[in-house]
Amino acid sequence: MLSYALKRLVTVVPTLLVIITVAFFMMRLAPGGPFDSDRALPPEIEKNIKAAYDLDKPLVEQYLLYMGRILQGDFGPSLKIRDFSVGELIASGAPASMELGIAAIALALVIGVSFGTLAALRQNSGTDFSVMSISMIGIAVPNFVMAPLLSLVLGIYLDLLPTSGWGTGELRYKVLPVIALALPQIAYVARLTRGSMVEVLHSNFVRTARAKGLRERLVVVRHALKGALMPVVSYLGPATAAVMTGSVVIETIFGVPGIGTYFVNAALNRDYPLVMGVIIVYAVLIMLLNLAVDLLYAVLDPKVRYS
Amino acid sequence: MLLTTLKHAAKHAALGVGLALAISGAAQAEKVLRVGNDGEPQSMDPHYISTVQTSRLTDDMFLGLLTYGQDGKPIAGAAESWTISEDGKTYTFKLRDHVWSDGTPVTAEDFVYAWRRILAPETGAEYASLLYIIKGAEEVNGGKAGPEALAAEAIDDRTLKVELTSPAPYFLAQLAHQTAFPVPKHAVEEFGRDWTKPENIVVNGAYKLVSWTPKVEATLVKNDKFYDADNVAIDKVIYYAMEERTAMQQRFRAGELDVARDIASEQIDWLRENMADSLRIAPYAGTYYYVFRCDKEPFTDARIRKAMSMAINREAIVDKVLRTGMLPAYSFVPPGTANYGEPAYADFKGMPYGEAVEKAKALMADAGYGPDNPLKITLRYNNAEDHKRIAVAVQAMWKQIGVQTELFNTDGKIHYADLKQGSFQVARAGWIADYNDPQNFLFLMESKSGPINYSKFNNEEYDGLMAEAEAVSDLDQRATILREAEEVAMEGQPVAPIYYYVSKQLVSPTVVGWVDNVPDKHPTRFLDLKQ
Amino acid sequence: MIHTTAGSDGLAAIEEYEGRSLWQSALARLLRNKAAVASMVVLGIIALLAVFAPLLSPHAYDEIYWERIQAPPDFEHGHWFGTDGNGRDMFVRVLYGARVSLAVGLLATAVSLVIGVTYGAIAGFLGGRIDNLMMRIVDVLYSLPFMFFVIMLMVVFGRNIFLIFVALGAVEWLTMARIVRGQTIAVKRKEFIEAAQAGGVSNTKIIFRHVIPNVLGPVIVYMTLTIPQVILTESFLSFLGLGVQEPLTSWGVLISEGAKVMEFAPWMLVFPAVFLATTLFAFNFIGDGLRDALDPKDR
Repeated sequence: MLSYALKRLVTVVPTLLVIITVAFFMMRLAPGGPFDSDRALPPEIEKNIKAAYDLDKPLVEQYLLYMGRILQGDFGPSLKIRDFSVGELIASGAPASMELGIAAIALALVIGVSFGTLAALRQNSGTDFSVMSISMIGIAVPNFVMAPLLSLVLGIYLDLLPTSGWGTGELRYKVLPVIALALPQIAYVARLTRGSMVEVLHSNFVRTARAKGLRERLVVVRHALKGALMPVVSYLGPATAAVMTGSVVIETIFGVPGIGTYFVNAALNRDYPLVMGVIIVYAVLIMLLNLAVDLLYAVLDPKVRYS
Repeated sequence: MLLTTLKHAAKHAALGVGLALAISGAAQAEKVLRVGNDGEPQSMDPHYISTVQTSRLTDDMFLGLLTYGQDGKPIAGAAESWTISEDGKTYTFKLRDHVWSDGTPVTAEDFVYAWRRILAPETGAEYASLLYIIKGAEEVNGGKAGPEALAAEAIDDRTLKVELTSPAPYFLAQLAHQTAFPVPKHAVEEFGRDWTKPENIVVNGAYKLVSWTPKVEATLVKNDKFYDADNVAIDKVIYYAMEERTAMQQRFRAGELDVARDIASEQIDWLRENMADSLRIAPYAGTYYYVFRCDKEPFTDARIRKAMSMAINREAIVDKVLRTGMLPAYSFVPPGTANYGEPAYADFKGMPYGEAVEKAKALMADAGYGPDNPLKITLRYNNAEDHKRIAVAVQAMWKQIGVQTELFNTDGKIHYADLKQGSFQVARAGWIADYNDPQNFLFLMESKSGPINYSKFNNEEYDGLMAEAEAVSDLDQRATILREAEEVAMEGQPVAPIYYYVSKQLVSPTVVGWVDNVPDKHPTRFLDLKQ
Repeated sequence: MIHTTAGSDGLAAIEEYEGRSLWQSALARLLRNKAAVASMVVLGIIALLAVFAPLLSPHAYDEIYWERIQAPPDFEHGHWFGTDGNGRDMFVRVLYGARVSLAVGLLATAVSLVIGVTYGAIAGFLGGRIDNLMMRIVDVLYSLPFMFFVIMLMVVFGRNIFLIFVALGAVEWLTMARIVRGQTIAVKRKEFIEAAQAGGVSNTKIIFRHVIPNVLGPVIVYMTLTIPQVILTESFLSFLGLGVQEPLTSWGVLISEGAKVMEFAPWMLVFPAVFLATTLFAFNFIGDGLRDALDPKDR
């Protein structure tokens, strides 16, 4: 399995190369440039500014220049936040995003798996129905409604938590964004768990375990849950990606200084180097997470063999 | 043993309390202004700035020859006095005896250095064109002449002589803009692009950057070396970057901000009802308008442009759709603009709306369009709730005169790129003045203005009048000529002005010294907090 | 359309594999599920409302009532859901929004289903290098922020509502492919597949006859999650200006407009949000019901 992991790691490089290339050219083909704004620049100024950022060179040359810089670990300057390099911006934003994302996924897993299991054990009962309904609120209410609603109720009406902001990273600032970010994922995890749990509970080996007279709790925890978690594990990769993109809205609404907000702003601003930087970070994270998920899969299901 | 421990503990506790008291005492004495800024600052370097959100910070940190006063009007800044030559083209400034925050004196050379730097082609400064009024500036910026071609000269350490290309009464006002700020030559040369990092930055204004966490806040503290530091009351100002208006408003509501520099305009009714003591709406030097593509069918026909402009019920848009206190616009230059007087209004101002619609229908019929032969056009706007609501309203208004409008919205970059390239029929645009003068509005319709003349309006009479006004140094005469030019524009309607902008913000009643003003400038040095 | 074919193929395969009575008994079981039946009725009503929207209200979806801008629900003038910030009737707009949202949800999901199931099953079943390569491709696509992809499409081909379906479907299939692949890897180790392989049945046949039907459960569960996801994504796009153009609307657009005024014009948020939430709940219950009904082991 170690050699499998290593092999996968080796493929990260060419994959990344493809991603950078595709993203680079796709973005440049999008109409509108970084310096188009409500006041059109005089031609000579536009010329100067493009020259300052090498944007006047042929696209292929720009691409090669960019790749050259990337190889040296230089993500280039931000075209909009001109006092910071993209590297600095990402370094300052990534920790908040990661912290938020990890906390949200952990919360979603704990609550989602519990809810899903509970629902599956009491399949088609009132408990099943109400637990699943509650968890579904997260996907039935868009996050751009849920987030301001949470902020309004808990931040202003009840005055329990800060409405938004990050302070110096105190816990109270993180509660609302984490909940808002986790809510949709709770629903997904709960549903997946319930679905596969129902299936597993009806499977032969659980029936056998039961027939053997094992205690129900033992059956559920030892045997059923492990099998039922497979789809949840395979959903972890997408969940992370979803949380990363979900954080775009959440970070904006709660004023969290993460890279999620950079992404949308940079895309809308055509801040090419910043968009590329965020894409690369996302891509690496997603690839590593997928690898981790696959390995986890192998651990959970010994039947899956990697060569 | 136990006793000693307890004693120790008590002693520690007492010490702790004392310390805490001392700290809170200090905190009470320190006046901190918390400002919600509706955008991330771009840079602390005045040469790399193009947004007002950024200029709020640099205005606090740098002092131009002139600077914005409490009421937004330019007052003496780094220059304590100046003389203007007879022909209005040569300015000689006498610098105030003051120092940079590191103790180095501010010299005339710092200004020359700064202006050469912003104009140098390799700097790639977006806003460099604002200095084009200085002789030689355009050539330097275009790479056609070396930096020494700029007609700005340090006669001695405290005397600066500047020559202009034409007598421009707005030049003094322009000097308060960040493009004309000095930069500390010694620091820039030592640190290069890193000179604005908190540990390196050197300023000559009232505040100095101490920390900047992107997307969170930038903190400025009082600069003790500032020449007027004795009269600066606020010790520290924190600018929180908040793109999301609703979130900013909530933070203000929760008491986490003293000032919010914008409001969520959809919530205006609620604000009026519940936060009237904080809500500040004031005229702002800008015009919101629709632009017609004048060099392409069907808008080559002035009758169609006029009919469509007439059919816009500006009062309904302002009072019913927006409700944020804007004024309906019938001129391109907002009333109250300096060096101007009353603007030239379109002749349908004051006409009852029903009559205007009838006249518009007649004009459309003249141009060959009517119910049987409707004019089909596309109206473009960039994404924003207000733009959308206005477009939807205008679509319905144009329907009455037989114009079928398709709405098309895109993100801002695509919108402005297409405006620049002229790929639109009718589009939404807006203009906020960089300096308080009618020329800063009217030049937008001059054919020589290039890409920023979105309408591609090309009218000899208009261009002639504008050129004439440029050469005139007498203010009244100049105003008369410019007004004639605006009359031409309002008759030809290459643009349909819709409303004059207002600045909208929330200012806590505890903030003292906040004066609403047209340029919407509120330097922190003039503010104070009630304890 | 292709979606239906694939779906019925799958069902047919189950029938063949499990015997003739399966489909009928599945239907019977589905009909015994009260939540699912209720959901189908609710969805049916919403769909009917959407189709017959123009007949139900005296107002047009784009007519502006200047004297009643952002007015609360009012029966005198027939604004049952109030009016929006432009003075347009919310009831009609919510129903017109239903048309767009439902269409986007269903069609985009169909696109994602066809691509995702086929792709995932092939990758998982064939395994080895091909699987590796195919999943790397998915990884690459996954790590590309699709907003650019959609912006590109909109710009290159013009703004077209069908393009939204395709674009969203083409994005959503990735997760579907992964889930199917994961399930396939688990399923293909099961005895009956090994038996079929040993019996010399072709891979294509095995995939469509045995693998896909057996991964149908999780796929349906995920599908019911994809529809709401697509509807929400559409709202995000509309929000960025890449969705439907005014005066057309969708639930997502209405909700994002309503969210901004939730405190003092709640009708602008509540009505579209209730419709959206009800629809999403309904899809979920139906999905659950289907899942239970189709589970061949639960007999």
